[in-house]
Amino acid sequence: MSSLAHTVGDSTTMLRRNLRRLRRYPSLTLLLVGMPIVFLLLFVYVFGGQLSHGLGTSLSGGRTGRAGYLNYVTPGILLMTVAAAVQGTAIVVAMDMTGGIIDRFRTMAIARSAVLTGHVLASLIQSIVSIAVVLGVAVALGFRPHADVLDWLAAIGLVSLFAFALIWLATALGLAAKSVETASNTPMILTLLPFLGSGFVPAASMPAGLRQFARYQPFTPTTETLRGLLTGTPIGSNAMAAIGWSVGIALASYLWARRLYSSRRPV
Amino acid sequence: MTGTRRPAVAGTGVRKSFGETVVLDGVDLEVAEGTIVALLGPNGAGKTTMVRILSTLVPADAGDLTVAGHDVRDDPNGVRKSIGLTGQFSAVDELLTGKENLQLMADLNHLGRAAGRARVAELLDRFDLADAAARPVRTYSGGMRRRLDLAMTLIGSPRVIFLDEPTTGLDPRSRREMWADIRRLAAGGVTILLTTQYLDEADELADRIAVLDRGRVVAEGTPDELKRRIPGGHVRLRFADPSTLSAAAALFDGASTDEERLVLRVPGEGDVASLRRLLERLDEASIPVEELSISRPDLDDVFFAVTGQPAPEQEAA
Repeated sequence: MSSLAHTVGDSTTMLRRNLRRLRRYPSLTLLLVGMPIVFLLLFVYVFGGQLSHGLGTSLSGGRTGRAGYLNYVTPGILLMTVAAAVQGTAIVVAMDMTGGIIDRFRTMAIARSAVLTGHVLASLIQSIVSIAVVLGVAVALGFRPHADVLDWLAAIGLVSLFAFALIWLATALGLAAKSVETASNTPMILTLLPFLGSGFVPAASMPAGLRQFARYQPFTPTTETLRGLLTGTPIGSNAMAAIGWSVGIALASYLWARRLYSSRRPV
Repeated sequence: MTGTRRPAVAGTGVRKSFGETVVLDGVDLEVAEGTIVALLGPNGAGKTTMVRILSTLVPADAGDLTVAGHDVRDDPNGVRKSIGLTGQFSAVDELLTGKENLQLMADLNHLGRAAGRARVAELLDRFDLADAAARPVRTYSGGMRRRLDLAMTLIGSPRVIFLDEPTTGLDPRSRREMWADIRRLAAGGVTILLTTQYLDEADELADRIAVLDRGRVVAEGTPDELKRRIPGGHVRLRFADPSTLSAAAALFDGASTDEERLVLRVPGEGDVASLRRLLERLDEASIPVEELSISRPDLDDVFFAVTGQPAPEQEAA
């Protein structure tokens, strides 16, 4: 077998292992997918009626009241789902790195990249499934996107790219963590970022400092682009910014993760 | 040093420091093909570091190392193809079943579907895990886990196996089973380097023993050679106070003192005639003895003799 075939084969083996582990340990996935659903319910049913007053119909897909806010908040919730799911990535990567099995993998003649690739691909599948579940809940609550096939494809591509970037970041955080506990805490800050952007309310309504922060953090342009694709709000330059952020985060995190993996401290 | 067979593992002048701490201070080690060598030493002697270096997990600072004919630094993948490692910490996937763990190893060894399945079934049988094959590993006992760990190491039929403290934490029965497994492997022609802090384990399993203490090999040889260093055993005398101990020590050449325990070890056969002579000399010098016992030589004595320290097991007690 050629070395490329080995790399693909080993990565597939690792992917299979990780997916099997996710199935065996569903409580983690349920917990992580539960969080955005709770926030969705909370924001739509508790705050939604009030918050919808501050939104024009242009931001809420032409609808008013609670239904309008549901249209506004769903894209932010979907990206929060990604942020929550990658917490799981950091946890499982750290579980592997702090356990004995990583030494076994590292003393076997397998493709060096297979261990991390297996984790990233499994997390990507997990994230996409989580997003589908949360989107399903949103639709059940009355979320009505008006996206055509192209919009949908673009939205799926955007969310997948964003998930890919955050997964590599979480992988690096999982590798850098000295314990599983640290690994489960560090990426939690990611789940806060949709709040400090345009996920729940328009950034324009925030005080100056916060508004500046919101403008220059990755969740804001990504949220705006996704919202535009799903509900028809204006996208403008956000698409380029969103893609730029994702590509940048993915690349930097990949390089960081690769360095951490190959120069891992001896125990 | 072991005749005509070429070494499967060879290291010369191996050095390794972590920061300021020197862990390996010029270790020479050789394991002839098809033999078992035990690296014996207390905690912190550098045993695990030596195994981690040989198995390509950490680079040595200096020294030449080859495993199965491959240079560890230049050809780590060649080394990895020939070795199996069972580390101190369980290297199994807790969430998978025993069978899935083995299947994972078969896939990563690129055994192919049919051959992989056959090998998995064979190892499950051989390590008495067939009944537990479908259970998640987290429900396994310590002994089962260790057997699965070893089975996973064996999937790719490695020619050289590193066992880092293979029986630490096992109950006596599992320990004896593990010993039997290790002997069977060696009988099948596999080369084994094992580390242990149990003297009886090294004595039981190893063809040769290297005693490691603070990063240096302080003694090397067959168990019998090492035992011969303290010829014919010794008589162990315990005294009431340090001054009596030193007075007694002055009487006998080659005796070693353990001041902490107020014990003097006098080399000797322990036969009636020499015992009588020994007691007469103590009587003439009017030195009272609290307790007397006769020891056949064992590796505790070797360790004491070569490191000037009590053996690790006693130290821990």
